[in-house]
Amino acid sequence: MDVFLAILASSVNTAIGPSAIVYALAASGLNVHYGYTGLLNFGQVGFMLMGAAGLAISVSIFEVPFFVGLLCGVLAAVLLALVLGAPTLRLRADYLAISTIAAAEILRFTSRSNTLAEFTGGPFGIPSQVGGAGFTQTWNAMNPIPPGRYSFGWLQFTHTRLWVVIVGWILVALVCLLIWSLMRSPWGRVVRSIREDEDAARALGKNVFAYKMQALILGGVLGGTAGMVLVLFQGSFFADGFRPELTFYAYTALIMGGAATIFGPVLGSLTFWFLLAVTERTLTLTGILPSGAGGATRLALVGLLLVILMVFRPQGILGNKREMVLDG
Amino acid sequence: MVVGARRGCVLALRRIAVTALLAVLLVPTLLVAPVLATDVEVVAQEDTDEADDAGDEEDAGGEEFRGTLVTGDDEPIPGVIITVETLDGEVVGQVESDEDGSWSQPVPEPGDYVVTLQADTLPEGVELRDPERASLETNVRTGQERTLLFPFGEAAEVTPFSERLISQTFNGLKFGVIIAIAAIGLSLIFGTTGLVNFSHGELVTTGAVIAWFLNAPAGVGAGIQLIGAGAIAVVISAAIGGAIDRGLWQPLRKRRTGLIQMLVITIGMMLVLRNVNQLVFGSSSRPYFDYTIQDAFVIGPLRVTPRDLIVLLLALIVLVLVATMLQRTRIGKAMRAVSDNRDLAESSGINVTRVILVIWILGTGLAGFGGILNGLVENVSFIMGFRLLLLMFAGVILGGLGTAYGAMFGSIVVGLVTELSTLFFSTELKLVWALFVLIIILLVRPQGLLGRAERIG
Repeated sequence: MDVFLAILASSVNTAIGPSAIVYALAASGLNVHYGYTGLLNFGQVGFMLMGAAGLAISVSIFEVPFFVGLLCGVLAAVLLALVLGAPTLRLRADYLAISTIAAAEILRFTSRSNTLAEFTGGPFGIPSQVGGAGFTQTWNAMNPIPPGRYSFGWLQFTHTRLWVVIVGWILVALVCLLIWSLMRSPWGRVVRSIREDEDAARALGKNVFAYKMQALILGGVLGGTAGMVLVLFQGSFFADGFRPELTFYAYTALIMGGAATIFGPVLGSLTFWFLLAVTERTLTLTGILPSGAGGATRLALVGLLLVILMVFRPQGILGNKREMVLDG
Repeated sequence: MVVGARRGCVLALRRIAVTALLAVLLVPTLLVAPVLATDVEVVAQEDTDEADDAGDEEDAGGEEFRGTLVTGDDEPIPGVIITVETLDGEVVGQVESDEDGSWSQPVPEPGDYVVTLQADTLPEGVELRDPERASLETNVRTGQERTLLFPFGEAAEVTPFSERLISQTFNGLKFGVIIAIAAIGLSLIFGTTGLVNFSHGELVTTGAVIAWFLNAPAGVGAGIQLIGAGAIAVVISAAIGGAIDRGLWQPLRKRRTGLIQMLVITIGMMLVLRNVNQLVFGSSSRPYFDYTIQDAFVIGPLRVTPRDLIVLLLALIVLVLVATMLQRTRIGKAMRAVSDNRDLAESSGINVTRVILVIWILGTGLAGFGGILNGLVENVSFIMGFRLLLLMFAGVILGGLGTAYGAMFGSIVVGLVTELSTLFFSTELKLVWALFVLIIILLVRPQGLLGRAERIG
């Protein structure tokens, strides 16, 4: 029984932690792309990388102030959306999926390589110390919470983690509010009509390409924000932290919660991280598996979960089956 | 009229977009050229890995610069003075190289430093390869022991360009046919069912991993010689493919599941297969137990191992066999017919369900075979399939998605692009060029080089 409670407590701790915030933001971005507009973007991690690199490089290497760095992260994500979207948004959904995943991998390989190490730190990335102040310094200095450990019942935080968690969940709430108000506006109705029938939207005189581009930029900026939260929490930026799997996990979270719903991505990533933690800790703490094998097992289970969800409940926990009649 | 104007507008937009993309992607490569020259300075980056892992915050202190001075003939150079200064010119320390030529100089804190080798303290007859690089501006991170290299003597003899061209062409061809073999299934499955199978790369890995366990000596595996092990692994792979089609895709097609939904399902399958492979095989990359060490023989300017030559020949033979089968046999013709127009094929009496099953069996078997060849040339690892997957997509789209010949042709081009790019650009970026080709093709000729024009936008 004690073991069971310990597993539950530490899993809840993980589920509301910074990782869940990162995935909630990234999946909200994907929700705008895939859930509302029908764009099958499999390169969300590329937007996260651009946001993170924009922040880390501008602050650590070029020594701009922190808030300008945040702006640089957002602009980097916008830039990627423009460059990636201009040629690929006209492609059919499956071609879009392949080209976005390829673009994200190009970004990762390039920023990992030694040839750009002067800016990206190459394979070692940018730890917070490089270039004097470091990009997390202002962030940590803004932390109003006195150093120490805090516990609320089961939940335990260090002051840095608590700071990320508070700001992060406020951010997630603001994003939900933004998406909610956008999707009940005329703009939201147009992008959803594009998802349902692109040609019909075009026949009604809507500039489909422009709407798709706006959706790509919006979702991409949310992805970039997720990347920034990730590097601020980690305290360092390195390109190999942005593998294609991140996109796939974000999709799993989105589909689990329910695409084309406001809270779907948030609930999805909470559930995703809770399930990941529960399975791993149950398998290792009860001694079913050696401690090293937990990681791969839980990810295999994530894959299985994605398959089962897609087969039996493609609309997810919160979704409405009539809303999700997607087919490219 | 209106349509014409719209088309013109679209073309113009596309042109602008291509230019923008090219500009964005080329600027970094132009920056790369000068940076490449300074790259040599760090040789032993592996050393620093552990220091990094130790944790950045607790482990303050212990930063230093170090290195070993040796001549071009590997003779140590003792008694050379090296100074370390901050960027403001404040001297941090001075050190003399010892009898082994090695030196190390601790620094008080992480940051940027200038490390200078006092050229006048060098013994007679020893000179820096590049006298201007006696001073290196570099940085050290928390807990890092940074190794610096000062090269002496003449630069090592450079292989002539023509020889590198020939050997890289050979490598590219070899890599290309391996991708081609693995990609045939991906392309045929798309052609017949419209499914973009993201788990195809993991089927490649699975074939290689099965062969590894059959090949591994008793205790770990079955200890079968690699040829036998490979043959059995290909059969098992093919059976797995058949089972996946029967057990998963066939019921889903009957339920008329949407293609996008099926695409997301392949992502789930990919995660399952990859992590099961990792659980079973482990995270390290390991070679097969046969044909690992071989003497290369020399054909003109080309040095090849018998293994690589046989891999290339075997792959070419299999490609020709598959092409002959598609061209001549009844089932091959049926495959092409279903791929071309499913409804028409069905109405002319072809059993489409059976053809698709055969394609899954054939495609997965070939994917497993491609995995074994790739494992033979490089190493077996759980991530190898995913690495190949994007290259397979590149090859398949380059040739024309859905056609078998297009997949073969496109994959060989991708293999050549990958390896030949190393003649001009950094090896680290070789995969980038292949993916770059993929995006360019999607922009200018989305139906592929051999594909028939149709609307895919």
